[in-house]
Formats: sequence, C-alpha cells, structure tokens
Amino acid sequence: MTALANPRSPSSDGDGGTGRRGRGKSGHGSGRRGLRRTSRLIWRERSAYGFLAPGLIVFSVFTVFALLFAFYLTFREWNILEPETPFVGPQNYRDMVQDEDFRRSIINTAYFTGASVPLGMAIGLAVALLLNQPIRGRGLFRTLYFLPTITPFVVSAIVWKWLYNGDFGPINFYLLKTHLISEPLVWLSNKNLAMPAVVLMSVWASVGFSMVVYLAALQGIPDQLYESARIDGAGPWARFRYVTLPMLSPSTLFLMVMGIIGSFQVFTQIYIMTSGGPVNRTTTMVYYIYEAAFKFYEMGYASTLAYGLFVLLLAFTALQLRLYRKADL
Amino acid sequence: MTATVKDPPAAPPRASTPPRRPVVKRRLWLTFCYAILVPGAILFVAPFAWLVSASFQHVGDIFSWPPQWIPKNPTLDGYKGFFGIGEAGEDAQGSEGAWRWFLNSAFVATSVTVLQLFFNALAAYTFAKRKFPGRDAIFLVFLATMMVPPQVTLIPNYLVLKHIPFFGGNDVLGNGGHGWLDSYWGLILPGAVSAFGIFLLRQYMMSIPDELLDAARIDGAGEFRVFWRVVLPLSGPALAATAIFTFTYAWEDFLWPLIVISSSDKYTAPLGLALFVVKNRTSWNLLMAGSVVATLPMVITFLVFQRRFIQGISMSGLKG
Repeated sequence: MTALANPRSPSSDGDGGTGRRGRGKSGHGSGRRGLRRTSRLIWRERSAYGFLAPGLIVFSVFTVFALLFAFYLTFREWNILEPETPFVGPQNYRDMVQDEDFRRSIINTAYFTGASVPLGMAIGLAVALLLNQPIRGRGLFRTLYFLPTITPFVVSAIVWKWLYNGDFGPINFYLLKTHLISEPLVWLSNKNLAMPAVVLMSVWASVGFSMVVYLAALQGIPDQLYESARIDGAGPWARFRYVTLPMLSPSTLFLMVMGIIGSFQVFTQIYIMTSGGPVNRTTTMVYYIYEAAFKFYEMGYASTLAYGLFVLLLAFTALQLRLYRKADL
Repeated sequence: MTATVKDPPAAPPRASTPPRRPVVKRRLWLTFCYAILVPGAILFVAPFAWLVSASFQHVGDIFSWPPQWIPKNPTLDGYKGFFGIGEAGEDAQGSEGAWRWFLNSAFVATSVTVLQLFFNALAAYTFAKRKFPGRDAIFLVFLATMMVPPQVTLIPNYLVLKHIPFFGGNDVLGNGGHGWLDSYWGLILPGAVSAFGIFLLRQYMMSIPDELLDAARIDGAGEFRVFWRVVLPLSGPALAATAIFTFTYAWEDFLWPLIVISSSDKYTAPLGLALFVVKNRTSWNLLMAGSVVATLPMVITFLVFQRRFIQGISMSGLKG
C-alpha cells in the first residue's frame, strides 16, 4: 500500500518481472546485470511513469488505500461522533453473520436482481429483434425506447413515485378504469407490492440499454449463417434457437454480468421511492450499508457489511463466468 | 465482433429478412411487429410525457382525476417557483438558488469529464504503446480494481476526504476541520480517473499502428507530443464515447454527492431534487419542473451524439 502511494514505486514493482524475463532470454545473464539493464530501461522510459503518475496517485488514494483502510475499519468500532475507535477483533464479522436485518437486505437484493435483470434483458431482446426487422422509423423507435435509460435515475424515481401514488397516481386511475382493481392500491406502502413496483420502474429504465447492446450484436450476425441454416431446412424458430441465440451469447453474458453488478448496488430508487420500507421489505444491501454508516455512524460495522457485499459480488461474477464457459464448451 | 464496431449500428443493412418470403406473409409479420412496437413505445414514453405535462400544470391540476395529459391551463408557475423567480416563486416556497444546483452539476460533470479524458487517455496510451518495466503488473492492478464496487470504498473515502490536510480548516495532520467534505474537490477528484475508461481507451489505442508513432519520434517529437499530436487525434471515436458516458454518469451520480455535500449551495441537481422531495412533499409542480430541467441536458446530449452514444455502448458491450 505504501509502495503504491508513491508514484515512482512501480519501478521497484517491475524489477522482478523484467529481470526474470531478461534472464530467461539470455540464459546466462546474472541477476546483477539484469538489474542494471532494468534500471537503465526505467531511466530511459521515465516519461512513461510520469504519464501514469496522476492516475496512479488518485488510484492509490481512493481505491487501493481505501480498500485497505476499509479492511482495517472492519476490526474497529469506529463511530465518527466519538473520539475513541477501539479495536474489537472479529466482533463486526460476528455481528454481521447474526444480523437479521442484513440477511433480510440480502434477500431483498436477490429478489430485486432476480426479477429485474432477466426481465430487462428479455424485453430488451424482444424489442431488439423487432427493431431488426425491415420496419419504418427504426431510429425513432430506438430513441423512444432508449429515453428512459438516459433520464437521470433520480428523476425517474421521482416520476414513478408519483405514478404509484395511492390517491392520485395515474397508474391506479387506469387500473381502476379498466376494472383490473376494484380499489386503489398503495403501491409503495404495501409490503407485498413495494418491491415489484421498484422492480417495474427499474426494468423500464434498463430495457433501453440491453436493447441497444442486442441490436448491435444482431446486426453483426452474418447473413450467410441464416442462409445456410435455411438451406438445411431450419424454420424461423430453429434459426432463432440455433443461430441467433448462440451468436448473441457474448452480449447476453455482458448484460448479465453488468446487470447483476448494477442491481446488487441498487440505491437511488430505494432512497427516493420507499426509504427501505415498508417494514424493511425494500431495504437493499447498499441502502442498509448507507444507513449503518451515515445514519447510525457505525463506520466500522458498515465497512464490514460493504466487504460482505464485495465478497458476494465476486463469488457471483466468478460463478457466472464459470457456468458460462462450461455451457459454451 | 470487430465488424460491429466498425459498422455504425445506426446504418444497418436494409433487408435483414429474407427477400424470398411471400409478400402477404411478410406484410402480416411486419404488421405484427408494429402492433407490438407501437403500444410498447407509448408505454415507455408515458411516464416521460407525464413528467413534461405535469411540469406545466398548476398543483391542483396535477392532483386531478382523470390525469391531464395535455395541461388544460398551462402555466410556467412550476418553473418560476422552482427557480424562485417572481411572485409565483415566493408563494410556492420554492428553493432559492435552485439554479445553482444545475450550475454545480454542470461544473462538476464537466470537470470530471475533462480530467478523466486527459488522465485516462494518458494512462491508456502508456499502457498500449510504451514498453517499460512493471507495465503489466501495474495494468493488472488497475484491471483488478475494476471489480471493486464503489460502495466498498465509500466509507473509507469519506474519512479520507475528511482528513485531507490544509483544507476545510484541517491542520497538517488532517484533523480539526471537515477537509474536502462539502467541497467541489471532494466531488471531482475521486472521479478524476477511471479504470474502466483506461481499459476501453487502451483497447482502442492498441489498434493504432506503431509506425505512425515511430515516424513522429523520428521527426523529433517528444513522448508527450507523440501522445498529444498523434495518438489523441487518432482516438477520436473512443474519446467521444467515453466522454459522453463520463458526463452522463457524473451528471446523474447521486450516492456520492449525497454523502459528501451538506450545504445546499453546493448541491448537484440530482441531490437537490431528491432532498426537495423530502422537504416539500406537496409541491409536485415545482419538483416536476426541476426534473425536466435536470433531464434536458441528458436528452440533448443523447440526441446530438446519438450515433456515438450507441457506438460507445456496443463498443464497451462487446469488449467488456
């Protein structure tokens, strides 16, 4: 960490690497000679380190140091209102494992992710497939479906909060008018409806992104593939199943990984639309961490929770990549 | 994969359906496409249309049933109230200095974008085109940090900002004041470099032929000059794409400003709007007006740079 805080330090980092490489190539060069060669190289290429310096400084402070500092915090009781920050050992971790509310927040986050990511991707794919047909006004449709994605999230959350309003919201109005419901629903205050409501809003906001990614991928599929499938007697469904879908799988993986990473971190909608309620039904992990850190000022415990989130995310991403590779081979 | 990057998706091949299909069947199929696309598009635009419509209504009209999609008595009261202009502003207990939130957002987002473009490109060039001891190790560290969710570094960074020496009444050791908390520094600097941006630009710059750089070097250009005069101009599309993303991201960012900023004259637009919801629960017309103003820059950026925008998404999508 201290090494990385110093912009010149990469040189020492690199010694080992190039030294080894040099030896490997010449076969007989002594360590000393390799070292001299490396330092000469470093001197000659010094401007490269200069170019990296600003980035490295910002990075070392706000990412590398921060990561280590967060880890240090997990072993302390660190309340910013109090001067004492006692060492508590693994107590924070023990608390985390037994924390009912944290467990609830994991379940909520999983619920949110499991519902919003596949839905957003499926609808995005459907729209992309339709837009890939020779229709008129493709550009206009694309813009319209993409509009929610470029709307700032805070704004989307505010608008939907109003749409969901129990007494005056347009959603209730149209549902009542079409007799789908017989009395107004309090979407965001009903413990069974709050999360689906947030999911719906998030899907609305995310379809545009998957649509654009899928559309670009669809246009990259060579026509010859469809040609030869047709010659082999494949119908529309078979062509979709055995040509389109496999050709789209890199995009699918990308959207899935990005979608899961993004929705594990869901915060803005929750903060504005439900504040985690009702009865913690929409308290997601990041919202819970935020509350621990900036409402109760438990920086140590909140850091522990944040590390919990990190580990979960890493595990998930690794699992996905692995499953994916297996499915591909 | 590379083919898609080269062909802008905005100019797709016209006929992607088989030309051999019978005309009637094809017509039916296209009708089916429209039958789904048009209602879908209406549903997707509806919340947006409602936002714009409500921003031109009186508070009472927003609460009316059935909802008014076209304001019966259009008014600018919402906008005036939100920005505290004239009589409507005073009556509506709006927020004085709300216009500042937008200036703040514009300033912060622009600064972050300019800094990131420069530093990301510089680092990307170094990783892509220079050979020096330790390059791969450093690049690996950068790559690894792409995996770290920002929430993990949120809390320590809050504490780091609080203890930046010499700022915000802090002493040499960084104690006593609030440091970079509640300041533009705190909003801008942590976002001045992005690993993802470096990665994207590096991928792009790898495709620039070395001969061009060598030619410039033979002509006596220094390393920085090579970067500034040769590499940067050749990376135009990638730079544009990352610039657009950085700007939109910085403009929309919510959690970090929420934590860092505490005085209302330094709010960014999203933060101001969100806290406005909490403060003035009933002034929906002001809120909707403010929301429209916060959305406009994004819509304009998108419409102007639409092609680059979509190119950028597919570029990051396919390389990611």
